[in-house]
Amino acid sequence: MDDTQQKRPFLFLFLVVLAVAFLSPILIVLMNSFKGKFFISDAPFVFPNSDTYIGLENYTSGIQKINFFSAFGMSLFITICSVALIVFFTSMTGWYLTRVKTKWASALFYMFVFSMIVPFQMVMFTMTKTANVIGLDNPVGILIIYLGFGSGLSVFLFSGFVKSIPLEIEEAVMIDGGGPPQMFFKVIFPILKPIAITVAILNVMWVWNDYLLPYLIIGTEYKTIPIAVQYLKGGYGSIDMGAMMAMLVLAIIPIVIFYLFCQKYIIEGVVAGAVKG
Amino acid sequence: MQKMIQKYFALFALPTLIAFTLAFVVPFIMGIYLSFTQFTTVNDATWVGLDNYIKAFADKDFLNALWFTARFTIVSVVSINVFAFLIALLLTKKVLGTNVFRTIFFMPNLIGGIVLGYIWQLIFNGILYKFDVTLTNDPAFGFWGLVILMNWQLIGYMMIIYIAGIQNVPKEQLEAAKIDGATNGVILRKIILPLVMPSITICLFLSISNSFKLFDQNLALTAGAPSKQTAMLALDIFNTFYGKAGFEGVGQAKAVMFFLMVGIIVIVQLAITRRKEIEN
Repeated sequence: MDDTQQKRPFLFLFLVVLAVAFLSPILIVLMNSFKGKFFISDAPFVFPNSDTYIGLENYTSGIQKINFFSAFGMSLFITICSVALIVFFTSMTGWYLTRVKTKWASALFYMFVFSMIVPFQMVMFTMTKTANVIGLDNPVGILIIYLGFGSGLSVFLFSGFVKSIPLEIEEAVMIDGGGPPQMFFKVIFPILKPIAITVAILNVMWVWNDYLLPYLIIGTEYKTIPIAVQYLKGGYGSIDMGAMMAMLVLAIIPIVIFYLFCQKYIIEGVVAGAVKG
Repeated sequence: MQKMIQKYFALFALPTLIAFTLAFVVPFIMGIYLSFTQFTTVNDATWVGLDNYIKAFADKDFLNALWFTARFTIVSVVSINVFAFLIALLLTKKVLGTNVFRTIFFMPNLIGGIVLGYIWQLIFNGILYKFDVTLTNDPAFGFWGLVILMNWQLIGYMMIIYIAGIQNVPKEQLEAAKIDGATNGVILRKIILPLVMPSITICLFLSISNSFKLFDQNLALTAGAPSKQTAMLALDIFNTFYGKAGFEGVGQAKAVMFFLMVGIIVIVQLAITRRKEIEN
């Protein structure tokens, strides 16, 4: 015991150094977002000085260039709505498929599980075409695509949790005369709350950062934040580095705020999601 | 009671099932069929048998992407898991501020792949500038760049899962081993590692499938440059679909093979590591 205690100050110091190293990429981007674009590529590790500091110019030009606020609104709309749809519908499906023990229900369940290992590229082209044909290629239609493509993991997580709920609870409600819909919404769903938070968090992290699916389904008419950032890279790979740095900072801020507020749930959610997976 | 619930299929299961059919089942089946056809708009598909698969294997870019992806996955999966496990061991010791450290190490995981790619492009180009080269001069830069990026992103995620696993190791067992005079190395190998096996299973699964399917980071960091040499499989498939007119069928055949590879690797890995798990 004694010798581990002696090592601890060094361990602490080591972790501090490691943490600074971990944060430095974000700090470097932040630092460069206040420099003129011609000073970024050749000396990105130097603090802005009187020659290179240009205030908020990168932010104002970047916001205009990619219409940042509209992209932010689009990302927020798609993320909130599709995660709400996913939690609402897959919780019901997860419960139904666990409680109804027919061959058809278990076949369906395994189809959801199967979809979890299928990479997006496998359905990339045909999903885009299907969405085009049935008119889901817009910011509202994409919510249905997100529900469908995201349902595998979510149904799986809900179903795993439902197995741990004793049947007696449902039987008791049944005797009191509640039908399945009342039973689910009044009794089961509140019990599912911890796993619902996990499902919501895992899906927020996926949908908010997703690039390819919205890019292919709704195109560039309505841009989400990742699409808008990628759009800053013009033809032939030329990038306005100043605007890019500022937009990277603005892209990071919302997710960091979200993280600091829901940190406990996010960390628990990752663990719960991993154990069940 | 099951009968009662069953009557409400339309409420409980149908909406999810419809969305799942549109977004997954139909595209998946269509995808398998189309991989055997030549098409440009899906409606004009003509059967060509295994032609697309033969063309895919004759495609140097595809073979290069396959090799690049395989090397990348091996290197990054090993490094991510070793570092994540070591940091998890440190953070389960009684050190000041472990929660703050966990918060910081996990943070990169929340940042999207496109943004991550540009952050690291700035840093790597800044370093390489001193040597008068850029990230896209040599495919080796792109390779190691992606490895470092992926480590930065995923170490925190895997660390969280390893911490949960290490905390589940019973204290009594560790104390008993210490009293018996076991060294730290023996305790790690004989007690901690076997009991943390479920975490290892899941971390390997997540890091293998994430590394193999990498797209956004690859697109933002190098976009495959120089001359597609740093393009991974997902990016190569994307380029085949949307960059080469008339090659949609080949793209779909590549995608089917990609799916089979991911599926087989992941299932084999799960089978091997699950067998090593012991009852806790």
